[in-house]
Amino acid sequence: MDLVFLAELAINGALTGLLYSLFAIGLVLIYKASSVPNLAQGGLTMVGAYVVVALASDVGLPLWLAIPLGAVFMFALGFGIERVALRRLAGRPVVMILMLTLGLDIFLRGVTLAIWGGTSRSMDLGVSYEPLFLGDIFISRIHLVGAGVAIGLFVAFMIFFRSRSGIKLRAIADDYMASWSVGISVERGVGLSWALASVVAVAAGVIWGEIQGVDQALSLLLLKGLTVAVLGGLDSILGAVVAGIILGIIENVGSDFLDPLVGGGSRELIVAAVLILTVMIRPHGLFGRHDIERV
Amino acid sequence: MFYRLSGVHHANYVSDSRIFKVPADRNLTAFIFLIGLAAPFIMPSLYLNSYMLPWLIWTAAALGLNLVTGWAGQLHLGYAAVMAVGAYSAIHAARFGVPWEFALIIGGLASSVIGSLFAFAALRVKGLYLALTTLAMQFVMDWVLTHSPAISGGSHASLQSPTLALLGQDITSDTGYYYVAFGWCVLVTIFMLNLKRTGLGRALVAVREKDFAAAILGVNSFYYKILAFATSSFIAGVSGALLVATFFFLAAPEQFSVNVSIQVLAMVIVGGLGSIIGSYFGVALILLVPGLVNGIVAGGSEALGMQINVETLAHIPNAVYGALIVIVLLIEPLGLGKLYGNIRDYLMVWPFDQLRK
Repeated sequence: MDLVFLAELAINGALTGLLYSLFAIGLVLIYKASSVPNLAQGGLTMVGAYVVVALASDVGLPLWLAIPLGAVFMFALGFGIERVALRRLAGRPVVMILMLTLGLDIFLRGVTLAIWGGTSRSMDLGVSYEPLFLGDIFISRIHLVGAGVAIGLFVAFMIFFRSRSGIKLRAIADDYMASWSVGISVERGVGLSWALASVVAVAAGVIWGEIQGVDQALSLLLLKGLTVAVLGGLDSILGAVVAGIILGIIENVGSDFLDPLVGGGSRELIVAAVLILTVMIRPHGLFGRHDIERV
Repeated sequence: MFYRLSGVHHANYVSDSRIFKVPADRNLTAFIFLIGLAAPFIMPSLYLNSYMLPWLIWTAAALGLNLVTGWAGQLHLGYAAVMAVGAYSAIHAARFGVPWEFALIIGGLASSVIGSLFAFAALRVKGLYLALTTLAMQFVMDWVLTHSPAISGGSHASLQSPTLALLGQDITSDTGYYYVAFGWCVLVTIFMLNLKRTGLGRALVAVREKDFAAAILGVNSFYYKILAFATSSFIAGVSGALLVATFFFLAAPEQFSVNVSIQVLAMVIVGGLGSIIGSYFGVALILLVPGLVNGIVAGGSEALGMQINVETLAHIPNAVYGALIVIVLLIEPLGLGKLYGNIRDYLMVWPFDQLRK
């Protein structure tokens, strides 16, 4: 195996992995604040991408306006979902909450496709497809942009969690009963986490929409996003970024080794295997908090 | 309808642990059973074949998932993969020349073995993490199915099911298929009805409530978790095999994809965890209502002279299916079984319901 080729695989894998992180950050935000595994994140990503495309190509707004408007819409949608659906199931067993988010995912996907149809649409961000060469290594520009967005969001959230409302969210994540008793509005905090996750979904939807087209395949990112979130620890944003890079590299390099052996399509298998191994060996992930259960 | 609890007094433990504690329940069940038996004679064969038959088989499958999720409390998002194992082993066995009675049992046992692998995940983790692991296992199984032509039947990835024959009789008529499905569903229902009266059922409930606490009481949660997974997988395997033998006639990997796993879990949860009658309702709601709504929308738009996009029409059932899950969970998180229970309890003592307070 050529070392340069290996480096190319690893670097591009890491960049793709950062795009998975973009998706996983949304999952982590919600899990952190309310311990809810948001399996509707795939549906939200799809809605975000479709809304931006609809604003840009159907209404005719320029992209720099369409993306913020889409983000505002999704912010409201996320808040609304928490208010209407999740709040009423607070404190219920996790199986019901899991099913609720799965139902939401199916509903969002169905409604989006019923409105805009299933044909793939293009995002057209205006990033050139010219290859970028770093020495001998070929790098895709859009992946680089996406990775930049992921890092940017990570930094933004790190700063946010030091602000007043960010500290409130951290308090809720730590102990919502105690937060309640000192006058923090837990409901508002959890709603805010859903709204922020929906905004992150717009970012993920726009970047992934540019890469693979805006269609229902966007919601299939869920398994990869979940794997990244679990590997990094479900309540750690730093974990999501690091685990994204790790998974991206394992996936890209591993599938290059495995594909000739099993006849292609080993990416799904690698991702599923990483998820199973993570849960079996270290369920709380790389940076997650290890909860102790008491009888 | 009139105070049906009248005259019902349980004076000893044997009478208190009957399946039907109130004669009214028993009579209702017997009545529904008779309707089920008579269905081929009072129902057009189209309805029998395309609604009743899948409803019954999916109910049997959902009851199996209810055993592991509702009774033993272990989340399972890979149920369709276990059904696939049963379906494929049974059909391969039948194609090999094994009589169908044994082929079905082989399918069930093969499912039990593979399904018990899922249990090893349950021994390490629970709750959300168990759900994620079983989901990942479902993806692995899907991958194995689609990538091994020896199992899935060559390049077209479809496997023709041989003619179903039970007890020396070839079964080819709609009525015959229906009775096979009906018989299997009744068998599973009787098993589940008796489960809660046995030590096994009580042990599973103890494990569900808190496995550590169950262990302190002397219930071997390790053993019961594996047992729950193996039993439910057996039901899944036979249901999957029957589904292909009487309904699809052709096994294909996408019949047992991850969406199907989610669908069965939705049936169980919408029906109500641990509720047998609820599983019947849940399957009916999830399986039949989206198509029904689509028919109404299509008919309504035609009657009103509105033009609805073909693609919109194609995706409405999915949106309705998702909305149904969300709405039922918001109205009654314990599912349709609980709603039925509330109505039943009210009617049971009507018109003397003030006596209960």
